[in-house]
Amino acid sequence: MIRPLVVSFILMLAFPLAAQQSMPPAPYAYRQLDDPVQEAAAQDLMETLRCLKCQSQSIADSDAPMAGDMRHQVRIRIAAGESPDQIRGWLTQRYGDYVSYKPVVSATTWPLFAIPILLLALAGGVLLGRYRRRA
Amino acid sequence: MIAELGLAALWLAAALAALQMIAGFMAVRQGASSELASLIRPAAVVQGVLVTFSFAMLVWLFAITDLSVKLVASNSHSMKPLIFKLSGSFGNHEGSMLLWVMVMGLAGALIAAVEKRLPENTMNATLAAQGVVSLGFYAFLLLSSNPFERLPTPAAEGMGLNPLLQDIGLVFHPPTLYLGYVGLSVAFSFAVGALLTRQVTPNFARAMRPWVLGAWVMLTIGITAGSYWAYYELGWGGWWFWDPVENASLMPWLAATALLHSASVLASRDALRTWTIMLGVVAFSMSMVGTFLVRSGILTSVHAFAVDPERGTFILVLLGIFIGGALLLFALRANTIREGERFALASREGALVFNNVMLSAILAIVLLGTLYPLLTEAFDVRVSVGPPYFNPVGAIFTIPMFAVMAVGPLLRWRQDRIDRIGKEVALFAALVLAALVLVSLLSEIAILPLLGLAFGLGLAVASLMPLRRRKLSRTPLSTWGMIVAHFGVAVALLGMASESAFTEERLAAVEEGGSATVGPWTVVLQGVEPVAGPNWTAIEGRLAASYGGGEARVLTPQSRNFWAPLQQTTESALSTRWNGQLYAVVGDRAADGRWQLRLWWKPFVTLIWYGGLLIALGGVLALVGRVHSDLRHRRLASRIAERRADREAVA
Repeated sequence: MIRPLVVSFILMLAFPLAAQQSMPPAPYAYRQLDDPVQEAAAQDLMETLRCLKCQSQSIADSDAPMAGDMRHQVRIRIAAGESPDQIRGWLTQRYGDYVSYKPVVSATTWPLFAIPILLLALAGGVLLGRYRRRA
Repeated sequence: MIAELGLAALWLAAALAALQMIAGFMAVRQGASSELASLIRPAAVVQGVLVTFSFAMLVWLFAITDLSVKLVASNSHSMKPLIFKLSGSFGNHEGSMLLWVMVMGLAGALIAAVEKRLPENTMNATLAAQGVVSLGFYAFLLLSSNPFERLPTPAAEGMGLNPLLQDIGLVFHPPTLYLGYVGLSVAFSFAVGALLTRQVTPNFARAMRPWVLGAWVMLTIGITAGSYWAYYELGWGGWWFWDPVENASLMPWLAATALLHSASVLASRDALRTWTIMLGVVAFSMSMVGTFLVRSGILTSVHAFAVDPERGTFILVLLGIFIGGALLLFALRANTIREGERFALASREGALVFNNVMLSAILAIVLLGTLYPLLTEAFDVRVSVGPPYFNPVGAIFTIPMFAVMAVGPLLRWRQDRIDRIGKEVALFAALVLAALVLVSLLSEIAILPLLGLAFGLGLAVASLMPLRRRKLSRTPLSTWGMIVAHFGVAVALLGMASESAFTEERLAAVEEGGSATVGPWTVVLQGVEPVAGPNWTAIEGRLAASYGGGEARVLTPQSRNFWAPLQQTTESALSTRWNGQLYAVVGDRAADGRWQLRLWWKPFVTLIWYGGLLIALGGVLALVGRVHSDLRHRRLASRIAERRADREAVA
C-alpha cells in the first residue's frame, strides 16, 4: 500500500503534468527524434531504463503514462545535447538505482558480479579436476 | 453439486496419494513381502482418474459460468466467448494449481501403468516419492487454495478475465508449460527412487529418459508459445524481457536440457551417475521454485508477500521439504553410488560434461539475477537486474557452450583425438571467423548480436555435420532428433541476433490517407473504424502495407477496450514474409486528428520461434526413436526367451 503512494508522490514532484492520467501524452512519448543518430542513442538508453509502474519492462516497451513521460524526457534531453550517462544520472538521482537496468558495481550489487566470477572459477575447477583425474 | 463432486474427487485423490506414499515406503522397507505393495500401482492410476475428473468439473463450472462458485465469479464473465471461459478455468491461481496436480496425477498414473523395466523395488520407491510430492500439492490446493469454494450468495455477474489473457495463447501456453514442469516431477521421483534403492543403472536412465524428453519437449513448446504470445500481445515487439516469470520457465528448461544429455550418457555409457541424479533433483526443484515465484505473489512485491503470506509460506515450506529432503538424501547416498565408467577429455562424454557445466552455470546466473532483487528488497534496497545484465553475463557461458556443441556430436564415445575431426573443427572456426569479419565490416552492430550471428551460422552448418558419411535412410531416428534440435538452436540464435541487430522502428502520427515508411515497407493508413466484439469495443486501423513497392497487404491492428474488467489492450497486426515480420500497432488519436502508428520491421524475427519449434521437433523425434527401439528390444528379448524355453522343452 505504501509503495504506490510513494511512487505517485515522486511522480507528482517530477512531472506535475503526468500525475493525472487523463492528460494527453507528452509530445515525445510517441514521437521519434528527427536525427537518427540521436534517436538511436535515445532508444539504447530507454531500453535500459525501468518502467517504474510496470512489471519488468523497460520504458521502451510500455504504454504506461509514466513510461511515456520518461521517454519524452529522455528524447528532449538527448536532443538538447545531454549524454546518456548524464540523463541516467539525473533519473537515478530522482528515482534511485532501481530505475536503471544497467549493472553498476556498488555496495549493494557486488554479489551480482562476484558470483559469476566465482562460478567461472568453479566451473573451470570442476572441469579441470574431472579431466585431470581421468587423463 | 458439480463443485462438490469436484472437491470430493480431489480429497479422494489426496487420500490415494497418501496411500501410495505409505504403501510405497513400506514396500521399500520390507521388500516384496509387503502386502500393500500390490496397492501402489492401482492407487496411482485411480488417483490420476479422480484428479482429472475434478479438473473436468472445474472446467464445466466455468463453461456454464456458475456464479455461486467464488473462483468463477472472480475470474469469469457470462459474456466471455466460450473458449476463454474454458481456458479461463486455469487462468487464475487456484485453477492453475489444479491443472498442476492433474498433470502430476496423470503422469503418476502413466508411469504406474506402463513402466515395467525397472526392478519392482525401485519402482515402488519411485511411486512413493511421486506420492509424497503429489500429497504436498494436494494439501496446498485443499488447505489454502480451494478452487471449488462457494460464495454465501451467488454473484450477479462475474468480474471477468484479464483481457491480456483473453487470447488463444492462454489455451496453449499454460498447459504445455505445466506438462513440462510436472513431467520433471517424474524425473525427480525416479531419481529419489533410484537413490533410495541404490539402483543408479543404465536401465534407470533408459526408463527416465522418455519422461525427461517429453517434459523437455513440452517446456520448449510452452516457452516458445509464451514468447510469441508476449511478442504480439504486449504491443511493443519485445519477445523476451528477462522477467522473473519468464526466468521461472527458463530455469527448469536449462536444467532439463542438462539432465537430458546427462541421462543419455548414463544410458549408453554408464557414466555420470551422481551428476544425472543431481540434475534430476535440480530440474524439478527449479519447477517448484518457478511455481513459488509465480504463485506466491512475491514478485509483485516482497512486501505484498509479507502482508498476505499464507500461500507463499505454504509453497515455501513445501519447497523446503521436497528440495531439502531430496538434497539430504543425495548427500547421504551419493558416496554409495560408484563413479561409473571413465572417459577421456576428448570424447563425446567430455564434451557433454563441459556443456552440462556451462548449462548449470547459466542456470545459476539466471537464478541469481532473479532472486537477488527479491533478496535486497527484503532489506529495503531495490535493484534492477535486466537484459543489460543477463545478456552479457549469460554470453560468457553460452559462447563456449556453442563452440563445444558444434564439435561434440562428431566425437566418439570414451576416447577420441581432436585431430581426427580437424577438418570439421577448422570448417566451423572458419565459418564463425568469416561471419564475424564480414558482418562487422558491412554493418555496425553491437558485439552480442554479432557473436550471435557468427555462432548461429557456424552452428547451423556444424549441426548437420554428423550426417556426413552416413547413410541417411539408416541414420537412427534419435540421431535425427539430436541434429534437428541442435539445428533449431542455431536457427533460434540467428533469429534473436538478427532481431536485435537489424530491427527498425518507426513511430509516426499519420492522418487518414497518409503514409509512413519503415525499412523496406511503406504503410498507408486507409482509415480508422470502430468495431465491436463479444466483450469489447475497439478502434481498428486499416493499413495497406507494401514491401519494396510491391502489392499491398491489408493489416488491421486494433486498440481494444474491454468492459469486464475495464482495460485497454493493443492488438498488433503482423505481416509475415520469409525474411521477417512487419509489426503494426495503432495508438491514440492526437489533438490534431492524426493517429499514432507504431511500426517495426524485424528481419528474420520469426526464426526465433521456428527455431524453438525445431528444438521441440528434435525432442519428439528422439522420443519416438527411443521408445520404438525400446519396444523392439523388448520384443526381441521375449522372443529369445521363448525360443530358449522351446529348445529346453525339446531337449
